[in-house]
Amino acid sequence: MKLPRLARLTLLPLLLASVLLLTACHRDEPMPWQLTDITGHMPDLSFKLTDDTGKTVTAADYRGKVVLLYFGYTHCPDVCPLTLAHLHVVMQQLGKLADDTRILFVSVDPTRDTPDVLHGYVNAFDPHAVGLTGSAGDIEALSKRYRSAFTREPDKGDGSYDVSHSSGIYVFDRDGKARLLATPSDTQDKLIHDLHLLLSTGDQSLGNRP
Amino acid sequence: MLSLIPAGLLFASALLSSGAHATQAEHIRASHAWIRLLPGTLPAGGYVTLRNDSDQPASLIGASSTAYGDVMLHQSMGQQTGMSRMMTIDHLDVPAHGQVALAPAGYHLMLEKATHPLQVGDTTKVTLHFADGSSLDTDFLARPANTVDAD
Repeated sequence: MKLPRLARLTLLPLLLASVLLLTACHRDEPMPWQLTDITGHMPDLSFKLTDDTGKTVTAADYRGKVVLLYFGYTHCPDVCPLTLAHLHVVMQQLGKLADDTRILFVSVDPTRDTPDVLHGYVNAFDPHAVGLTGSAGDIEALSKRYRSAFTREPDKGDGSYDVSHSSGIYVFDRDGKARLLATPSDTQDKLIHDLHLLLSTGDQSLGNRP
Repeated sequence: MLSLIPAGLLFASALLSSGAHATQAEHIRASHAWIRLLPGTLPAGGYVTLRNDSDQPASLIGASSTAYGDVMLHQSMGQQTGMSRMMTIDHLDVPAHGQVALAPAGYHLMLEKATHPLQVGDTTKVTLHFADGSSLDTDFLARPANTVDAD
């Protein structure tokens, strides 16, 4: 189809301009993240596990919420409780915004971490925390998905044992896209700052929506 | 006859020096002692700051408590590498005229097999054992699971 000359003259630049505008919107002037940006580097949140009320849940159940994913276990007396305690402070600082956030505590020790044990545990830290357990295979699959690792250490002679595990917190946006990684050396302030950005941008996946 | 004098001197100096050095525990001041209570029968974490006013270093080799069947000295490691693990350590030195802190994400006591349920606010006596056989009783305050600061 051949357009009238005038139309072609105005349409092409218009098209070009709008494409450029759209590109500018979607390719960030980088978002001012303070945590490590993992956008595009990790797969979307996906799992099928059992929550601390005994219900089968999948990642879809958490769409619409900003998710903080952490691998740990309840027999960990030091690092896991400290991490959850810090996340509790973060939730408190977020105030009302925390309603749209969930802390998913995924057990790397499903043998001992039954839904009941997890229920008491997460409730001791924060109302936005959910305990997740499942079969060894399902836990390992989720762990591998985020290149996280865990190792059950040898029994200490009385049946008790420790579990070494990754200490990072994976942050997903409301669409379940992996966005940020918080390490133990990152301060609470960085997490609060970045969560504000994720929570105030509604449900979008990438880029800066005006 | 003459050999008695050096022997006597030796004996006297031995008496004097043992009195002057006292035990490792006697030179230790413990502060900020608290326990992070977790629900049910889960192991608890114990923390304390130890200050040594002696000219000699002291060495903490363990702890015990009538409130727990098992108390171990641990160190959390790997925070910078991204892999969290715990190691049992057999001693923790408190430098001469210095201090060491058992604090979250580092050295801590792992207290297991509680003999009776503890409540937040309870104080529990924990006995700290030192390398010379001396020990120090310290009251640890039970705090909620989501405690962040020791103060």
